[in-house]
Amino acid sequence: MLDIQNALKVFEKGTPSEHTALNHVSLHLDRGEFVTVIGSNGAGKSSLFNAICGVFLLNEGRILLDGKDITFEKEHRRALTIGRVFQDPMKGTAPHMTIEENLSLAYSRVMARPLSFSPSARQRALFRDRLSEFGMGLEDRMKTQVGLLSGGQRQAVTLLMCTIVPPRLLLLDEHTAALDPATAEKVMEITKKTVEKDHLTTLMITHNISASLTTGNRTLMMDSGEILFDFSGEQRRGMTVDGLMKLYSVNRHRVLDNDRMLLM
Amino acid sequence: MKLLVGSLQLGLLYGILALGIYISFRILSIPDLTTEGSFSFGLSVSAALTALGHPWLALLAGMAAGAAAGAVTGILQTRFRIHPILSGIITMSGLYSVNLAVLGGSPNLSLVRAPTLFKILPFLSKNEAMTVLPACFALLFLALVILFFHTHVGMSIRAVGDNEDMVRASSINVNGCKILSFCVSNALVALSGALIAQYQGYADISSSTGILVVGLASVIIGEALFGRRGVTLGFISAIAGSLIYRYIVALATKYSPLPAYMLKLVSALIVALALAIPAVRQDFGTAALKRGGKTHA
Repeated sequence: MLDIQNALKVFEKGTPSEHTALNHVSLHLDRGEFVTVIGSNGAGKSSLFNAICGVFLLNEGRILLDGKDITFEKEHRRALTIGRVFQDPMKGTAPHMTIEENLSLAYSRVMARPLSFSPSARQRALFRDRLSEFGMGLEDRMKTQVGLLSGGQRQAVTLLMCTIVPPRLLLLDEHTAALDPATAEKVMEITKKTVEKDHLTTLMITHNISASLTTGNRTLMMDSGEILFDFSGEQRRGMTVDGLMKLYSVNRHRVLDNDRMLLM
Repeated sequence: MKLLVGSLQLGLLYGILALGIYISFRILSIPDLTTEGSFSFGLSVSAALTALGHPWLALLAGMAAGAAAGAVTGILQTRFRIHPILSGIITMSGLYSVNLAVLGGSPNLSLVRAPTLFKILPFLSKNEAMTVLPACFALLFLALVILFFHTHVGMSIRAVGDNEDMVRASSINVNGCKILSFCVSNALVALSGALIAQYQGYADISSSTGILVVGLASVIIGEALFGRRGVTLGFISAIAGSLIYRYIVALATKYSPLPAYMLKLVSALIVALALAIPAVRQDFGTAALKRGGKTHA
């Protein structure tokens, strides 16, 4: 499915502020896997996502998606098959366009007939249907400008935009971190439902360690641009937050310390 | 009466310009200085071809010329990453020479004896044609742009202006969208110029000086009336704004003590004032808040 081979990314190479964001990272994802990613600030989580999406090109290494080499493919070409939800609810939607227009943009991208009018009546019915599954009442506000929605509602719309045509790979970049706890839970619930429904291959960055162990079926811990741990199956089921912390300090000879991480 | 009708005609013709400006200024959120060059480009090309006896072809060629100018700005801005304002200035400056060349090296060209559209229409006298044609063109292109911005490409362009980050992450070609919208915007601006040349019966290279401000004033006056709600209303209000602008100009030149050459200064002031209102309002709000805070403390 997704194959990252020996990915190296160094920023500001050859200057005093040289920084290795990805240090020879290799990662293989099977179809339908739901992988959570944790790690402190600067661990390389977002760099990993940026590399996959093509925000920057790698210094070394290759990225394959479904057997196709996408290492040098343009960002917007990759976006045809990769859906990404950002932490910032403002980032994923066009605020002055209505919910249905936003969804239609995302929906038509795959079979874009450039001069077809959108959204069509058939599309509207589909959007209404999918929005109603969220139970947020968004299906009755399809002509509302997205900028008028709350953060949670915007994230829900963004999530639907990314998944209405099932992507080969879904990337969730702390997409509930900017929301209040109740809304975050709601959006997470929608996320799980959506991922299950289409068996989406998913990578999800989270700062909630306990959630990272209970959501999905595999957990990566990143540190200093490397994948430190990769748990799945039995080993993951037996893992606790405390166990993970201990393992980290034994491996790295320092205490896992991050004010943004939740150790619940 | 003559003043009323004349302003209506000009308002409609410059309304097409306002449509183009609305696309760059409001939809893409980039004030596009190419306008100053592409308006005369349309004007000169149209005048040159009309003088040769092809008034319809003149309009088409004028639009194509404008689109080409827009494409140059778009490519400078996206492919070569030149600052948006600067790329507009570059194209505009270059076009000055091009326009002179198109007019055969002289700064103006008379169409007194040429068969302009307004003279050759069947069933309509020249005076009737001067109202009917502008109205037809303005309405036709109003409808076309409204439809266009509800198609998939049109919506992609709107999304680019609205949230570029989102568009980059969602498989739409941002650069392509920008270039295309500069083409469409400047094609409309040039069409306005092309029609004006035939309407006035002469082309003058300097008639595009300050034309961007005229367009902006129309867009802003329209918004003051209709508010900023969606593109459909936005385009309609741009044309309405253009009509009102022309009536203001007519009144100002007829009744005001100012000489006609003060017009551009007045337009510039209108635009500056209108754009300053939100900031001024906010400062007044803050000042009121501070005063309130002090009295309570």
